[in-house]
Amino acid sequence: MKNLTGAVIGKSLGEVGLTVLTIIVAVAVLELILYFILHKLLKHRLATPIMLIAPAAIGMAMLIVYPLLYELRLAFSNMNLYHFKNPEFSLAQGLANFKRIFTEPVLKQVTILPLLVRTFIWTFIQITFHVAGGLTLALLLNRKIKFKGIYRAFLVFPWAIPQIIAVLAWRGEFHYEYGYFNIMLQNLGLAAINWKQDPFWNFVAINMVNIWLGVPFMMITLLGGLQSIDSTYYEAAEIDGAGGFTKFRTITLPLLKPILTPSVVYGIIWTFNNFNVPYFINEQELESSDILVTALFRAAFEYNQYGFSAAFALVIFLILLGLTVLYMRISNFKPALRRARAMVAETSE
Amino acid sequence: MNAKHGAGYWLFHRGKDGSRAGRLLTHLFLILACIVAIYPILRVMSVSLRPGDRLLSTSLAIIPADATMGNYKEAFDRGFLLWIWNSLVITLSTATIGVLLASASAYAFARWEFKGKNGGLVFLFATQMIPAAMLMIPLYIIAVRMGLIGTWKGLVIAYSVSSIPFSIWMLKGYYDTIPIELEEAALIDGTSRIGAFYRIILPLSTPSLAICFLFNFMTAWNDYLLARIILQKPGMWTWPLGLQSFIMNFRTEWGAYSAGAIMVSIPVMILFFISSKWLISGMTLGSVKG
Repeated sequence: MKNLTGAVIGKSLGEVGLTVLTIIVAVAVLELILYFILHKLLKHRLATPIMLIAPAAIGMAMLIVYPLLYELRLAFSNMNLYHFKNPEFSLAQGLANFKRIFTEPVLKQVTILPLLVRTFIWTFIQITFHVAGGLTLALLLNRKIKFKGIYRAFLVFPWAIPQIIAVLAWRGEFHYEYGYFNIMLQNLGLAAINWKQDPFWNFVAINMVNIWLGVPFMMITLLGGLQSIDSTYYEAAEIDGAGGFTKFRTITLPLLKPILTPSVVYGIIWTFNNFNVPYFINEQELESSDILVTALFRAAFEYNQYGFSAAFALVIFLILLGLTVLYMRISNFKPALRRARAMVAETSE
Repeated sequence: MNAKHGAGYWLFHRGKDGSRAGRLLTHLFLILACIVAIYPILRVMSVSLRPGDRLLSTSLAIIPADATMGNYKEAFDRGFLLWIWNSLVITLSTATIGVLLASASAYAFARWEFKGKNGGLVFLFATQMIPAAMLMIPLYIIAVRMGLIGTWKGLVIAYSVSSIPFSIWMLKGYYDTIPIELEEAALIDGTSRIGAFYRIILPLSTPSLAICFLFNFMTAWNDYLLARIILQKPGMWTWPLGLQSFIMNFRTEWGAYSAGAIMVSIPVMILFFISSKWLISGMTLGSVKG
């Protein structure tokens, strides 16, 4: 059963192959129907784009839209472990769920406000370090130096390693006795830190891991941005006698902004919703290290409060939506995008 | 580094005429950063090579004096190869389907104007903000009702679709940078719209398609949550479930776990290495989305 034999290989290829085949046949049938109705029968102007979008749209309707609507319905129910088969859906139940989010502890003790503040602090710290670290490395890698490719290959390591493995490896390093950090601290003659139980140091540990994980993504996107800056700008500035920092401030930074802005938007979303790092590093399940999404997971799957968690999830989603829209407003997202596209079009000729 | 310039000069200077000392400093800094980047994984490798009776150690040596492959053998004996195989079959097929579907949809978004186009793009972007745990409850209930628990069918469909929104954004951004004149020339020559897409746009988009495939692959390869709620029998597990079973039992088998961790990292590292020449252009052009 547990060994990879010919029969096992055949069975797995069979089941996956059958599913893939079903998807292909379904897409083909769908396209044929659309082709005959839109192209032949109606001669619709948008026949081709509709046919291009339809398969993905149906997939997303099944796996994203429908579950979301179901989630919305669930938020107005009292579904939990006792009412799993026969949940009661009502407006009053929904209002009670939403009221509970803001007035009672979400988990055992922690309420939504400290969770929200911690999530904001967490996101802010992460984005700051990711951009600072990624930009520094990108500036260095953009120079004319040897071994650039080798450095780049090693520096994307944290991003390429499966995240769960990286996170669990780091968790081991926070072990009181055998972890790397305490061994080093003791070698330096300092006191060991209780990374897993001390609320402050646990939060520090979580932040350290995620900084390590997130810098490569920023480094790669910003390096692409730096490479698309025309070197004649720098040459002109050098003729004018501009120094290194002046060139950085007046040429690099403004021209990099169009690429920086969307990267930061994605960074905010991914950090805000980061589950693996705060969940797995926090081995002792300290509520003082939870951010919104880990609290959501615990409320749903450890306390089995499905209806309440559905309402909680909607609140979290709306907070993130608000935060993202706010950032896009203050950073002039749309003009930045337009300039970025013009710049990219210029350099890619 | 020139004496009259400070650290700021060193970092921001582009170093065409950089002094020897400046270059040396750059290399030193990059080497240090590389060590920080790979050291945690070297530590995992070190544990995987230790003999079973002294996995916990305060030694900081990377290759232990009494290195052994015993943990790798133990991982294989426990069925690790099967879990990697399961993951590989599922992941490769879903990443391919995902990229195919997304590449077609992105073309429609890049080259046609239609009602609801902006709304569609905003919707795709908004789906990125959904916390993963949020969809787990409804997906679990749907999977129970459709009888997909304990099968790979649900997993294959879910993985194929889950990366589509991000892929469409990225590919649309990339298609937008390809001059429309190239297709117009082909259309005049009598090629159909789809023919132009297949012969002109797709080949030119290799960097972005490669990165999309990489992202799709990584999402499915690394998924733990969905596999946990859908798969039950150990024989059907993907590697994250198998690996986790090593350390969630009554006795924690760090040795076998570490050996497995090193082995599952290898396919992704290879993919990253192959696509590294496209990583920068594919990522950056794609993330400057329309």
